[in-house]
Amino acid sequence: MYVATKGGEQAIGAAHAWLAETRRGDAALPELSVAQIEEQLGLAVDRVMAEGSCHDRGLAALAVKQAKGDLIEAAFLLRAYRTTLPRFGATAPLDTGAMRIRRRISATYKDLPGGQVLGPTFDYTHRLLDFSLTAAGLPPEAASQAEPDTAPTPRVTELLAREGLMQREQPSEAEPGDLTREPLRFPADRAVRLQALARGDEGFLLGLGYSTQRGYGNAHPFVGEIRVGDVAVCFTPPELGFEIELGDIGVTECQMVNQFKGSRTEPPQFTRGYGLVFGHGERKAMAMALVDRGLRAAELGEEADAPAQQQEFVLYHCDNVEATGFVEHLKLPHYVDFQSDLENVRTMRESAMKAAAE
Amino acid sequence: MGVLARASATEIEGRLARLAPLPAHARLRGPETGLVMVRGRAGGDGAPFNLGEMTVTRCTVRLADGRVGHAYVAGRDARQAELAALVDALMLDEAAREAVEEAVIAPLAAAQRSTREAEARKAAATRVNFFTMTQMR
Repeated sequence: MYVATKGGEQAIGAAHAWLAETRRGDAALPELSVAQIEEQLGLAVDRVMAEGSCHDRGLAALAVKQAKGDLIEAAFLLRAYRTTLPRFGATAPLDTGAMRIRRRISATYKDLPGGQVLGPTFDYTHRLLDFSLTAAGLPPEAASQAEPDTAPTPRVTELLAREGLMQREQPSEAEPGDLTREPLRFPADRAVRLQALARGDEGFLLGLGYSTQRGYGNAHPFVGEIRVGDVAVCFTPPELGFEIELGDIGVTECQMVNQFKGSRTEPPQFTRGYGLVFGHGERKAMAMALVDRGLRAAELGEEADAPAQQQEFVLYHCDNVEATGFVEHLKLPHYVDFQSDLENVRTMRESAMKAAAE
Repeated sequence: MGVLARASATEIEGRLARLAPLPAHARLRGPETGLVMVRGRAGGDGAPFNLGEMTVTRCTVRLADGRVGHAYVAGRDARQAELAALVDALMLDEAAREAVEEAVIAPLAAAQRSTREAEARKAAATRVNFFTMTQMR
């Protein structure tokens, strides 16, 4: 039997040319610029940066354009690009406590110190299509302004921890494991888990987070705090030997507060699930925080029988670039594999039919 | 350095023009774009973890008199990194330092401050004032 192993180059070339044409769409319409995507499709750009695990708004916007708006494809492009760059080192851990806050809400304390700031949110909008956006018009009215409050904005978790009601994080300066350098090993420590979740697929983590609320994992979460804003990135170049600021990046942080009934070594208290993502990504940060808490079940001595509590299940499947690679490879030619399966099924059918006839 | 890292190449260039003529400089390294791994902390204040990478451009320049300036700036703007390294080198000279600070750094810092303040004012307008003000807990 002959199996085609070559050919198709012309077809592939023509397919890619057509792809470029469909990417551009109707040539009578103005072409989207990368800057327009960056400015006007900002949340798509943020999601691509988070899942592409590379903070660069311009690159993420370019990836969105190239991928025709397919955000997983865009994250894949960004991941591929990052492998072409050298790494200069690692930054100091971000101080999210010193964030310049655009949005900060708490579902546990109404009057928290520093206040609740809604920021530019979809919350409380009526989810009705706004047909005024179909016509290009004048820029919207300038956002209102008010005198800023300069009061500090302590973390809600800190308020609880001061009373001894919230488990404190272990102070540590340990060098964290890095998934981009070493493959996953189980049990994975929390640092590696958080890295995997931070770059994980929003949809997958959302579904898993939701499952913990619905009874698969017995979570009783409250949003202690969500904050969105800019933080300074500090880095110590080896040739300078002192810390400098590289600039600011936008991040979203979620502190999920969960009840914990205590164990032999720990009194009953609240424990936290933590979410931190590049850009403005509240849903992702919340889902990450729910799943982070789910994955802490074992270390807190809880039963770990729900999907969101199982490290291997969650960490091996949350990466959409890996997942899409394995799922989509099924599209590639499997002619030889399939021939052997075909032979098998034919043989089995023959013997089954023979047995039935006897 | 933080101020230069947050300014565009055009903004730095515009400010440097006031110091003309500038001494010639040679590139010792770069400008080259790479990545740094950005870290966070578990729970915001616990053990460090790797959040993801970001693009950074660095450059090192040397002036004719031997002063060497370094710059690392977020993003991929080679011109910005080179100009920032040049400003860094210029500021190594104690005599020139004040003039550079006054002509370049201070105005850029002021512009950045006012952008930040405008944003803080917009955020403040979305601050929720509850009608029942009670003591927390």
